[in-house]
Amino acid sequence: MTVKLTPTQMAWRAAQDIADGAYVNLGIGFPEMVARFQPPGREAIFHTENGILGFGEAPAPGTEDWDLINAGKKAVTIKPGTAFFHHADSFAMVRGGHLDVAILGAYEVAENGDLANWSTGPRGVPAVGGAMDLVHGAKRVAVMTDHVTKDGKPKLLKRCTLPLTGVGCVTRVYSSLAVIDIEGGRFVLREKLPGLPFDELQSLTGAELHTPDPVADLIVPEL
Amino acid sequence: MDKTVPDLAAAVAGIQDGMTVMIGGFGGSGAPIELIHALIDRFLATGHPRDLTVVNNNAGNGHVGLAALIEAGMVRKLICSFPRSADPVVFTELYQAGKIELELVPQGTLAERIRAGGAGIPAFYTPTSYGTDLAAGKPVAEFDGRPYVQERWLKADVALVKAHLGDRLGNLTYRMAARNFGPLMCMAAAHTVVQVSRIVEPGAIDPEAVVTPGIFVQAVVEVPNPAQEEDLNRARAVYPQVAQ
Repeated sequence: MTVKLTPTQMAWRAAQDIADGAYVNLGIGFPEMVARFQPPGREAIFHTENGILGFGEAPAPGTEDWDLINAGKKAVTIKPGTAFFHHADSFAMVRGGHLDVAILGAYEVAENGDLANWSTGPRGVPAVGGAMDLVHGAKRVAVMTDHVTKDGKPKLLKRCTLPLTGVGCVTRVYSSLAVIDIEGGRFVLREKLPGLPFDELQSLTGAELHTPDPVADLIVPEL
Repeated sequence: MDKTVPDLAAAVAGIQDGMTVMIGGFGGSGAPIELIHALIDRFLATGHPRDLTVVNNNAGNGHVGLAALIEAGMVRKLICSFPRSADPVVFTELYQAGKIELELVPQGTLAERIRAGGAGIPAFYTPTSYGTDLAAGKPVAEFDGRPYVQERWLKADVALVKAHLGDRLGNLTYRMAARNFGPLMCMAAAHTVVQVSRIVEPGAIDPEAVVTPGIFVQAVVEVPNPAQEEDLNRARAVYPQVAQ
């Protein structure tokens, strides 16, 4: 069995790429954990699409204020420098190119940068939220995802099979096995878990992995 | 000029069958629970209004507020971005039974359509949804080499909004992230009804701090200590109370 990163470890790795002064939107769910791993000395400002910039940690249970929540509808806090704004301003920040990074979850990512993360098909109730807006406008759109599905099938593909969230929008993938850039319509492998043979990683990936540059070891602390 | 109204029943009295009603809030934050419940009370007493088209970010949670409005059978169509929640059972069951119509709109597009409706802009182009199922049938145009999708404005007969402070002229402030869609919906409705925690004298709100200027508001009703949807749901509240 191949060892893989936990979601917490993927979040840690994604956090290492967030520069000092960056404005960042974190998708609902696992990407929210990225905020916990800002490297010391760097100050990133987190945006939540329901109208807060620069929110703080979750409050202690019992002290929640339900007018103060994030996009996942979890309670957050204010801190010095927090700003509130309405939804049109919030999405002006998103589509207007003002965010530096958006980190989202994924059902599928294709080598051409297409992302599918909002619908698993015609069954069930469709819900899109802010995902289709977030993939446009942020200077970098990164995805945090298990490398394969629960059934062991590749999530990184030549082309997405599920309904798309956005076309050609993803620039980097933090998977449970590797860090992969999307450049010129192809997957470029940047880092992989030490000890994971390239051929095995390739066999778990639905499109060709390119290695124009030396591949670094993906080393993440125990968390 | 005095836009204050004496009570919740008077505030929702003008809402007619078949109207489009924008309801503020993102999940529970900013949800005008008391105005929604007053509308349900009217429906239970008179059978009206019904066949409403409701615009909200979500589809309600639990059995209070918007979920209760849907459960009462007053809503024909919902225009929203995310009809899921911790407990979306009311909407989900009606939707899967084909008893309620859904227009799914990306969240930023929903906000901008409402803003455009209030600003007199009939259509606009956005990169959002290009190349996806939600752009089906919509005009696409290229600007500076990139494709954009045309979206139409969204307007309403009535908006129900929750704010924090309001004066008799309709000037409003909001509380933290409860602002969300409120200022946009106030602009986009022909008749905007706002519940505020406190009605203050004109001048008590610093002009620099007014978020919604009174021109966008037609009625203000005071609801001190408004209920929070999240608290009601944690207490497993059901509206209206079912007789035992």
